[in-house]
Amino acid sequence: MLNGLWVGIMLLSLVAGAATGRLEQVTNALLAGGGEAIQLSLTLGGAMCLWGGLMRVAEKGGLTTLLARAMAPLLRLLFPKLDPAGPACRAILMNMAANLLGLGNAATPFGLKAMAELEKANPEPGTASNHMVVFVVLNTASIQLIPTTVATLRLRYGAAAPLDILPAVWLTSFASAAAAVTAAKILGSGAGLSRRRPRPKARRAREKAAA
Amino acid sequence: MTLDIAGILARWAVPVFVAAILVAGLVKKVPVFDEFTVGAADGLRSCVKVLPSLVALLTAVSMLRASGAMELLTAAVAPLAQKLGFPAEAVPLALLRPVSGSGSLAMLENVYATYGVDTLVGRVASVLQSSTETTFYTIAVYYGAVGVKRTRHTLGAAVAGDLCGIVLSSLAVRMLMG
Repeated sequence: MLNGLWVGIMLLSLVAGAATGRLEQVTNALLAGGGEAIQLSLTLGGAMCLWGGLMRVAEKGGLTTLLARAMAPLLRLLFPKLDPAGPACRAILMNMAANLLGLGNAATPFGLKAMAELEKANPEPGTASNHMVVFVVLNTASIQLIPTTVATLRLRYGAAAPLDILPAVWLTSFASAAAAVTAAKILGSGAGLSRRRPRPKARRAREKAAA
Repeated sequence: MTLDIAGILARWAVPVFVAAILVAGLVKKVPVFDEFTVGAADGLRSCVKVLPSLVALLTAVSMLRASGAMELLTAAVAPLAQKLGFPAEAVPLALLRPVSGSGSLAMLENVYATYGVDTLVGRVASVLQSSTETTFYTIAVYYGAVGVKRTRHTLGAAVAGDLCGIVLSSLAVRMLMG
């Protein structure tokens, strides 16, 4: 899916660039993209180290276990086959807590830790498990209580009450997260059916073993 | 009132969060510094793992933004959006939001400067920016970090959530802030 999307975006940009006479700018963007990514990852790297370290301390201090015990009902609803007290769920909860508090920089390291734990428990490594899909979709839909960045910008541009958008933000963000998770669950159960067919690679391995 | 509570939360979230972690560590007699460095090394490793996906994604996105394709797409989508009650002026933001975090933030400022903060467009844009995420970036980074190649229905479900967010942002502003 990502392969097609990536090639699609690149080719679309080249064609659109040629059509609008901006091919030169597109080429410049192509050549500068790598440097931008390195710069971003340097910024990201500091946050990843900081929150990765704090997460480790929170784990050892038993704080994440406490959080996991309190949130077990929600976890069972979202990730039915995952141990609510296991390492994956603990990282998922830290990620959700960071998202709710608007700590975007902290949410990513916790999220990547959760992905690593989910991949360890994945019966088909390299293919997203249903749990991974639900978790990633929760993050793309972003549940946020206080949109700090937007509130700051609104204040700067002279909003009468910068946070008067909160009720609308909460409604939109919870409803769209619920929609995304529901879609993930429905599509996931459908894909589960088709996955009962033995996949070619597994079948080949079995034939090899029989021969 | 809401402003006060929100302001307090925004100011205290990080300090309280960090203090709770450190105090819990001390109570349980965790070698806090040593464990921190182990975790930090983990963080650095996942940062390096994410880098290739980041290069691929950011290159494609900056090409897309330079090409003028977004403007063409906006012109095509705007009439449909308006039929759904979504202000046409906020369409560029809606299209850019799932692709680029910094790009959509710049676009939001542009909306504020051109149309004002407390207008319908300004409010819808604020709600949209706050309640959705940089979808493609998140998918690429999260799966890239663990080397998952087949993402199955992730993109479909994520886009369903984004579409819901776009439609709801204008509905919610009309309903709650009329």
